[in-house]
Amino acid sequence: MHITRLRLAEYRNHVSSDIHFSPGVTLFIGPNGQGKTNVVEAIHVLAFGSSHRTHQSAALINQHATTSVVAAELTHQDRTMTVDISLERNGSNRARANGHPIRVRDLPRYLHAVIFSPEDLRIIRDDPDERRGFIDDVISVLWPRLSAVISDYERVLKQRNSLLKSLRSVPRAQRDLSTLAIWDEKIVSLGTEILFARQAGISALHEPVVTAYRNIVGSEHPITLTMRSRVMENVHADASRDLIADKFTVAMIAALEDDLDRGMTSVGPHRDDVDFELNSLPVKGYASQGETWSYALALKLATAELFRHDALGDPIVILDDVFAELDVHRRHNLAASLSSFEQILVTAAVKDDIPPLDIRASFTVSRGIVEKAELT
Amino acid sequence: MYDGIVQELIDELGRLPGVGPKSAQRIAFHILQTESFDVSRLAQVLTDVREKVKFCEICGNVGEESRCGICRDARRDPSSICVVEEAKDVVAIERTREFRGLYHVLGGSISPMDGVGPDDLRIRQLLTRLSDGTVTEVIIATDPNMEGEATATYITRLLASIEVKVSRLAFGLPVGGDLEYADEVTLGRAFEGRRTV
Ligand SMILES: [Zn+2]
Repeated sequence: MHITRLRLAEYRNHVSSDIHFSPGVTLFIGPNGQGKTNVVEAIHVLAFGSSHRTHQSAALINQHATTSVVAAELTHQDRTMTVDISLERNGSNRARANGHPIRVRDLPRYLHAVIFSPEDLRIIRDDPDERRGFIDDVISVLWPRLSAVISDYERVLKQRNSLLKSLRSVPRAQRDLSTLAIWDEKIVSLGTEILFARQAGISALHEPVVTAYRNIVGSEHPITLTMRSRVMENVHADASRDLIADKFTVAMIAALEDDLDRGMTSVGPHRDDVDFELNSLPVKGYASQGETWSYALALKLATAELFRHDALGDPIVILDDVFAELDVHRRHNLAASLSSFEQILVTAAVKDDIPPLDIRASFTVSRGIVEKAELT
Repeated sequence: MYDGIVQELIDELGRLPGVGPKSAQRIAFHILQTESFDVSRLAQVLTDVREKVKFCEICGNVGEESRCGICRDARRDPSSICVVEEAKDVVAIERTREFRGLYHVLGGSISPMDGVGPDDLRIRQLLTRLSDGTVTEVIIATDPNMEGEATATYITRLLASIEVKVSRLAFGLPVGGDLEYADEVTLGRAFEGRRTV
């Protein structure tokens, strides 16, 4: 698929921008802080319901406005489609597809995008929630039902934790655990779906990551991706849902006393992590800056490859300020790996950082104003 | 912040569900500035509604007498009870014309986050209604979200020891939604496709 038109209203510093696109490579050039990343961030918001830079959707709304609108027109083969989202300072965000209201969490059913950005290093270096967010984005696109499962799980988790906290003030002998059991069962059934999908997603990513890493660095390296989970300890990667659910139930029972003491749920997919290894060593803490970058790029390239087999065709590939972070070698290899994708949007402060690409259109972005530039 | 009474009005409006500070401000200025807006009529309706509207002593639905219109209607089938969270759900189900039995309004759903447990809902009253054997079928139509599901499970387990057929109205309803937003066709189909739990 590709975007043919993107409109931003009161989005960050874009009071009103209306951009027409064609397939192929489109370039956005402008100094930092002028709004070029905001354009591609808005596409990420349409694809995932949230920004790749912040979890605070209020930060996306122009400071003088209470509502911000992002709307896109898309084409896949001979089909056209519209998706839009209004971000509300007071109240909840609303999304539509072809003019019909949809849930924000169902946006990944309509628009697929993969964004490469300096923030990608956080997937490897930061806390486990970055890695969980990465794999959950992948499974939500591969199996759209999972976005509902994940948000239901988060809701149930909050309910269970609230109940655990209120039970703490009740003397042990007088505690009625009958409603707790109901939430426990929900945690297990929803959590099992997430664990099963994450396991399948990680398995599906492995080969494409190996290939992508080889394409980026030019040589073969052993790479493993492993889910780290208290529930899945000693469980084979191709375990059935029933086996995972059994293990999960046992782990929940084992953790119950602890959970009651602490007022929080200590086992489940919300506590898990993904181990990334290169040359049989964890990337986090052992790999060089260059290797870490190559690994992060390989993860995103692999994601783009997985997404392109879907009924929506190629995902929209976004390269946000990423070339400036890479050496010439990696720049060229990344550009070559992506050359067959239907639409690529590139942002950069200066043109010098960009490797040779077949650029179809170029825009300058200054103070939130997008203007078509001559191709040179 | 505005002077005294204007701010008081904004604060009161802001306490209403679904009204944020910005909306409260907008409503307040609409009341103050729109000449055609009849303040005394609104005030009268608000006072009347508190005085006249009662919760039905049997089912918990809203009405103007101690028993609601549905509980007083002799044509309704007393052997079947549909359990809902709120009185507005009764209205939504009545629109489908698919259900001819009686209702039981719980007054919410189990939600530890909001401090609502089973004892805060009208579950004990439901058990009392089931004690004489008139009721042979209970249809649980709590919202298709996590709290509604948990409430349905709780009630189902409670009723396991009683001679009554229990079914859950959920078929075809969008999960994560509110019953009142389900359209009539979907809700009507849900009644036909209810499953025994
Ligand atoms: Zn009644």
